[in-house]
Amino acid sequence: MNLTLKIWRQKNADAKGAMETYQVENISPDSSFLEMLDILNDQLINEGKEPVAFDHDCREGICGMCSLQINGEPHGPGRGITTCQLHMRKFSDGDTIFIEPFRAKAFPVIKDLVVDRTSFDRIQHAGGYISVNTSGNTQDANGIPVEKHKADKAFDAATCIGCGACVAACKNASAMLFTSAKVSQFALLPQGRIEATERVLNMVKQMDLEGFGNCTNTGACEIECPKGISLENIARMNREYLKASLK
Amino acid sequence: MATLDSRIPEGPLADKWTNHKNNIRLVNPANKRKIDVIIVGTGLAGGSAAATLAELGYNVKAFCYQDSPRRAHSIAAQGGINAAKNYQGDGDSIYRLFYDTIKGGDYRSREANVYRLAEVSGNIIDQCVAQGVPFARDYGGLLDNRSFGGVLVSRTFYAKGQTGQQLLLGAYSAMNRQIAKGKITMYNRHEMLDVVLVDGKARGIIARNLITGEIERHSAHAVVIATGGYGNVFFLSTNAMGSNATAAWKIHKRGAYFANPCYTQIHPTCIPVHGDQQSKLTLMSESLRNDGRIWVPKKIEDAQAVREGKLKPTDIAEEDRDYYLERRYPSFGNLVPRDVASRAAKERCDAGYGVVNNSTNEGVFLDFSSAIERYGKEQAHIKGVHNPSKEKIVELGEEVIASKYGNLFDMYRQITDDNPYKTPMKIYPAVHYTMGGIWVDYNLMTTVPGLYSIGEANFSDHGANRLGASALMQGLADGYFVLPYTIGDYLADDIRTGPIPTDTPEFEQAEKNVTDSIDKLINNNGKHSVDYFHKQLGHIMWNKVGMARNAQGLNEAIHEIAELREQFWKEVRVPGTAGEFNQELEKAGRVADFLELGELFARDALERNESCGGHYREEYQTEEGEARRDDEHYTYVAAWEYTGKPSEAVLHKEDLKFENVELKTRSYK
Repeated sequence: MNLTLKIWRQKNADAKGAMETYQVENISPDSSFLEMLDILNDQLINEGKEPVAFDHDCREGICGMCSLQINGEPHGPGRGITTCQLHMRKFSDGDTIFIEPFRAKAFPVIKDLVVDRTSFDRIQHAGGYISVNTSGNTQDANGIPVEKHKADKAFDAATCIGCGACVAACKNASAMLFTSAKVSQFALLPQGRIEATERVLNMVKQMDLEGFGNCTNTGACEIECPKGISLENIARMNREYLKASLK
Repeated sequence: MATLDSRIPEGPLADKWTNHKNNIRLVNPANKRKIDVIIVGTGLAGGSAAATLAELGYNVKAFCYQDSPRRAHSIAAQGGINAAKNYQGDGDSIYRLFYDTIKGGDYRSREANVYRLAEVSGNIIDQCVAQGVPFARDYGGLLDNRSFGGVLVSRTFYAKGQTGQQLLLGAYSAMNRQIAKGKITMYNRHEMLDVVLVDGKARGIIARNLITGEIERHSAHAVVIATGGYGNVFFLSTNAMGSNATAAWKIHKRGAYFANPCYTQIHPTCIPVHGDQQSKLTLMSESLRNDGRIWVPKKIEDAQAVREGKLKPTDIAEEDRDYYLERRYPSFGNLVPRDVASRAAKERCDAGYGVVNNSTNEGVFLDFSSAIERYGKEQAHIKGVHNPSKEKIVELGEEVIASKYGNLFDMYRQITDDNPYKTPMKIYPAVHYTMGGIWVDYNLMTTVPGLYSIGEANFSDHGANRLGASALMQGLADGYFVLPYTIGDYLADDIRTGPIPTDTPEFEQAEKNVTDSIDKLINNNGKHSVDYFHKQLGHIMWNKVGMARNAQGLNEAIHEIAELREQFWKEVRVPGTAGEFNQELEKAGRVADFLELGELFARDALERNESCGGHYREEYQTEEGEARRDDEHYTYVAAWEYTGKPSEAVLHKEDLKFENVELKTRSYK
């Protein structure tokens, strides 16, 4: 396959960026999207040019490091996958592909396609944990049975990979889906109920401080989420937040 | 120079850890506040250690190269975590988990360490549940278990196919709590490039800020390396792209011995290489071998026709299929341990029966049609469907398979564009895990005082082959329950030391070494990219130091790697500058280290004149082609001391004493 790539290039956080055009040739349809970018970078290095910076690590859709807005969609076309799981057979020979970083005030660009998502970590610092020390004599794991239905729901919420696609998809750059996934996981488990009130208040407060927008229930986040995190979690967080606010 | 004292406590096996804990020194809470610990790597081992040490009161500085500790490659572990809870009442016990691990490791691990691992395994599950890790549960609300290869009980706890993710996010949440309290200072997007020794003790590190390129000095009273394995020395592996051996290799060059580098696990079920553009390999969980049958065509012309796309596997008659694992190992069949399954696949492909159309024709079928039919009939019976049609049976059977392995089938389809419900998967072994690593004593301390190594980065618990679902167990055991106790024994001497200054000649010298090496790479202006060299190294490693090794190939590899390394330093091209975000520079440093490690790896494989676990020397096999161990001469840990060149490393032997289990030949026939 031969392709035209329009890629966002930006030297560093302070520099002004712009789209630049590149050509790649003889790409195998079995290659992944990131392998196609590897080939472009090898080509650029051989031409004495600067390769394109992009984040990636596990390349099997679980670490959450890869990002990219491809043809206007976080993680590109296809549902339920990250950019590293996207394969070139989804495109056609001769296509022009637009590649940009995830855009949000709370995700400043570091270089080219790499953005700073530490705002997500700071939301987790604000309450994304259960306060239990490591002692070797906590309660036996089977001491508190958990209803299977709730345990499964908690698991579904816990599968969030923290990639930021929800924010990039949202016209308000809201982090509600991300934050609600962690709030829900713990709200559904008996171990997490004890700190539920402070958790939801603190995490939402931090989310607002980081400059993420509000939720207007358009649902774009759920559609673009590579892990299928459900909007139900936002509803649950809203209930938790209301309850906590009235206490 | 340090000597090899494994510091295994006296006394009966089952009492060693308890006695040791009762006898080692403690640091009181007020004094812990005066002590700093650096932890490099934030996977299961590093993340859990950072959280626990901070809870105890130490000041922790944690480092990871990713943008968040949550991204460490532990997150990609699929199947589960072992623990001797005996919740299923099927006769499991600490002793059985210990025994299975020793046997699975082909009698090349330390009894005392493995027993301790089994002993704390139950605590790990308790701790994780208390943290809110959502393990799979049954309808009664209690925890569910599954079974893994090489054992006779169900002791594997799991969270669908994402157990590693859930455990890592648990450790990450425990870290977040301490970060919020200011007890952990987190350095994301930082890479350790050297360790600093003061008076022979580890007292800090030199790290590069990957965003700005700044070189930073960080001091502490102890340094812990938890940076995982070195599988990426093969270029293609199931490791993350950034997984690297730099921290481990740098400490090796500063005096930490490197143990058993040749023990590598080649996982039998991975998606085969599709071509030269490939960057990494993807694992298909071991659990698939419960229902999948592995085969290649019996006729060599059929294999060729399959490769050329002229014959579909589904059109090959049952009698023309060679289910070679079932043929060779009737009692274990498709569930032989990983090393055995991998070698058998290689044997068939080398003989010309491979079914994948790539440059090496390497690939075999993993076929679910028998399981689909079996489950379909069972379901028809349960649902009261009389005389079901073939289509109905297949439909019902596929539903069962989807509920068990749906996410793996989807992943396979995504990557290969083949539908594994309708046509067999194609799989081939790939590099997955490294049992070898930094040598540590019972306290997990390396041969350098104050320098520790935990998790996959050390060599300690898996011998020559690791059992499924035991990597997660070891990472968390080391980080939550072992290191936090043992490190106090060393730090008890540092309660009056005070903060370690960084404006000393030792830090200056270490920093200079780092900047010199970076400048050399940046200013080299050669003609080839870093990947060009990494791919060649991978090629040598895979062909000559891979699944089967022989003396001639290993000698060639040692020679070729040294040549390639020389060429690398002459001809590598690293674009950009040192003072900026520069991913090529990061890669260059890592590949430079792999080019040294690869040579030691081959040397170790050459030195070990036996076959054991993942190390298979063609000269040492039985008449039936099975691994032949040599207990008389090789029941030892090979710990290598760096002396200036990988080829001139000095071998130190730690003899392994088996007082509680009898050494036997593993047989799966």
